[in-house]
Amino acid sequence: MSDTTAERPRSAAQEARIDLSHGSGGRAMRDLVNDVFLSAFANPALAALEDQARIPLADLCVAGDRLAFTTDSYVVDPLFFPGGDIGELAVNGTVNDLAVSGAVPLYLSCGVILEEGFALADLRRIVESMARAAEAAGVQIVTGDTKVVPKGAADKLFIHTSGVGAIPAGVEIAAGRARPGDRILVNGFIGDHGVAILAARGDLALQVPIESDTRPLNGLVRALLDACPQVHCLRDATRGGLATVLNEFAESAGVCMEFEEAAIPVRDEVRGVSEILGLDPLYYANEGVLVAIVPESCADRALAAMRAHPAGAQAASIGEVTAEPAGRVVMRSGFGGGRIVDMLIGEQLPRIC
Amino acid sequence: MKFIDEFRDPAKARALLASIGNLAAQLQRERPLHLMEVCGGHTHSIFRYGIEQVLPRNIEMVHGPGCPVCVLPMGRVDDCVALAEHPNVIFTTFGDAMRVPGSRKSLLQARAEGADVRMVYSPEDALKIARDNPGREVVFFALGFETTMPPTALTVLRAAEEGIENFSVFCNHITIIPTIKAILDSPDIRLDGFLGPGHVSMVIGSAPYEFICRHYRKPLVISGFEPLDILHSVYLLLKQITEGRCEVENQYRRVVPDAGNTAALEAVQRVFELREFFEWRGLGSIDHSGVRLRGAFARFDAEKRFSLPNLKIADPKSCQCGEVLKGAIKPWQCKVFGTACTPKTPLGSLMVSSEGACAAMHNYGRMDLIRARELQKERE
Repeated sequence: MSDTTAERPRSAAQEARIDLSHGSGGRAMRDLVNDVFLSAFANPALAALEDQARIPLADLCVAGDRLAFTTDSYVVDPLFFPGGDIGELAVNGTVNDLAVSGAVPLYLSCGVILEEGFALADLRRIVESMARAAEAAGVQIVTGDTKVVPKGAADKLFIHTSGVGAIPAGVEIAAGRARPGDRILVNGFIGDHGVAILAARGDLALQVPIESDTRPLNGLVRALLDACPQVHCLRDATRGGLATVLNEFAESAGVCMEFEEAAIPVRDEVRGVSEILGLDPLYYANEGVLVAIVPESCADRALAAMRAHPAGAQAASIGEVTAEPAGRVVMRSGFGGGRIVDMLIGEQLPRIC
Repeated sequence: MKFIDEFRDPAKARALLASIGNLAAQLQRERPLHLMEVCGGHTHSIFRYGIEQVLPRNIEMVHGPGCPVCVLPMGRVDDCVALAEHPNVIFTTFGDAMRVPGSRKSLLQARAEGADVRMVYSPEDALKIARDNPGREVVFFALGFETTMPPTALTVLRAAEEGIENFSVFCNHITIIPTIKAILDSPDIRLDGFLGPGHVSMVIGSAPYEFICRHYRKPLVISGFEPLDILHSVYLLLKQITEGRCEVENQYRRVVPDAGNTAALEAVQRVFELREFFEWRGLGSIDHSGVRLRGAFARFDAEKRFSLPNLKIADPKSCQCGEVLKGAIKPWQCKVFGTACTPKTPLGSLMVSSEGACAAMHNYGRMDLIRARELQKERE
């Protein structure tokens, strides 16, 4: 963005808002799609303007022997937050859901639900951010849909993305594959996204210099699999945070996930906010954190490969898989005491004193 | 993180634990030593860091009544819901209180049904909502021990100063001293010492606890909330007990001045007066254990401004919160612990707040639970 943009008087276009005609299926909608979406996402599959994207199966077969298919909705509030926005999140989130199966993410869809009155300039900003994120992750947004609902029927803007990718032959990643003796790795600081959103909502009255960690993880997963093709489990720690992912692994595999509190990478700022509010970073949402369960035999190689990748610079080995207590997650404190880390019941609510 | 990590240093903890072990070995007693931590913040830390597991086996922590959400009777929650369901009311509350079950529903359920319930982080936030919504009645759900009284008092004083007409407080503040006394007077109690509440003491100072040593011959150490604070306080209690002393000691000197906070106490004095009695969940009615707004501030008193159901609702029969609160039984010894009563479906309020002994044990403490059951077996 050049500085001159800000100095120019606001033109009619900049103040333009979405109205119900933009979702009518008529000319106004086609203009919006052409003007905002097609130009930003520019690719041949989308430009054909059919009701569906057509993808040669041969292209998929080159990349792998199984299709990975995932879907996710994005309703984050606020839409713009330190370190990212809802558009970037909607691309990275779906790319990451594909990537943690070991798949090469290839194609995304983009459904947008707009509230009447939404600023066109904001929509443009979000769509451009999606295009940049798609490019960075090496995926194409090949099909889409736009709906406009009356004021009050939705909160500003929701995005829905689905994605497909191909899983290379030989890659077998599943939550149930964790075995006693395996090592637990995470790729970076936990809690950044959760705290950034909390702070951006403005009801904390705390100034926190933390940015969301939203980023694509497919490159990192590729590097990890190159170093250690036998990765047992992989999941990104989004809603519910690290604690929830570890519980899912423990339950699926019937093993215990045992980790050291001191080994978890958490920024001081995130810990500080958590102390003040009585919240636990283990449960904060992340948008660029994955948890990998790898056999001990290749754990060091896997960790080194993660650290060598920009999305894994802070990677750490936080613990190991044990047999008992089965289905549980245990955190060891520095004192030799341990505690069960359970899934969260409902929202994390702050303590009062 | 400065000023926190120092108090979680494992090496120092091991040294303290060794000293605690030495003192505990000198104890010549038939039953384990029962030390009560009064404050819910301590309970939370004890479970979070697994402190009970590393203490010598002849020391048991008893989890006291110091979680304000936990001791709130069901009838008061019903009053909150009634206030929140008032069409023109914006009901503001700390997050903890949202899920506490009333006889019909919780505040969270009332909100789902359309009541305007908003979570705030301080009474000041509630006053701001009142300023921003002059056409609505804003009620703040004031809750907590002496720790949270000063901010409520200052907010009421500010509202009076600014002449704000649409703000009131539903006052459920409670006082710690009469409660400790009630616990000490109850016949089924066998306590050997107290970890005194750190944040309450920051306001009231250390003098109000003197009677515990004088009349009841129990030592008390005012304690901080970090794991080393708690271990250090246990050490100080053991030292008193083995040396035959019985005093009020202040381990949390970095925060608690012996005289308390006189400015805060003054504001509290100006705004609040003692109620003749206040109903506690599980403990029953305790004389002079709650406060209300003074007559001069009646227009800020939600109990005067609105008509409330004000009913006394008995706890579910199967619920043993009272016995747990007094330390007569351990959370896991309750008939419904972990079965009918879980954090997901709390019957009793001790299962709701993260500072409630039952929720803390359920969330963090099943390691302690395994050990507790082993110990029980050994003894039988």
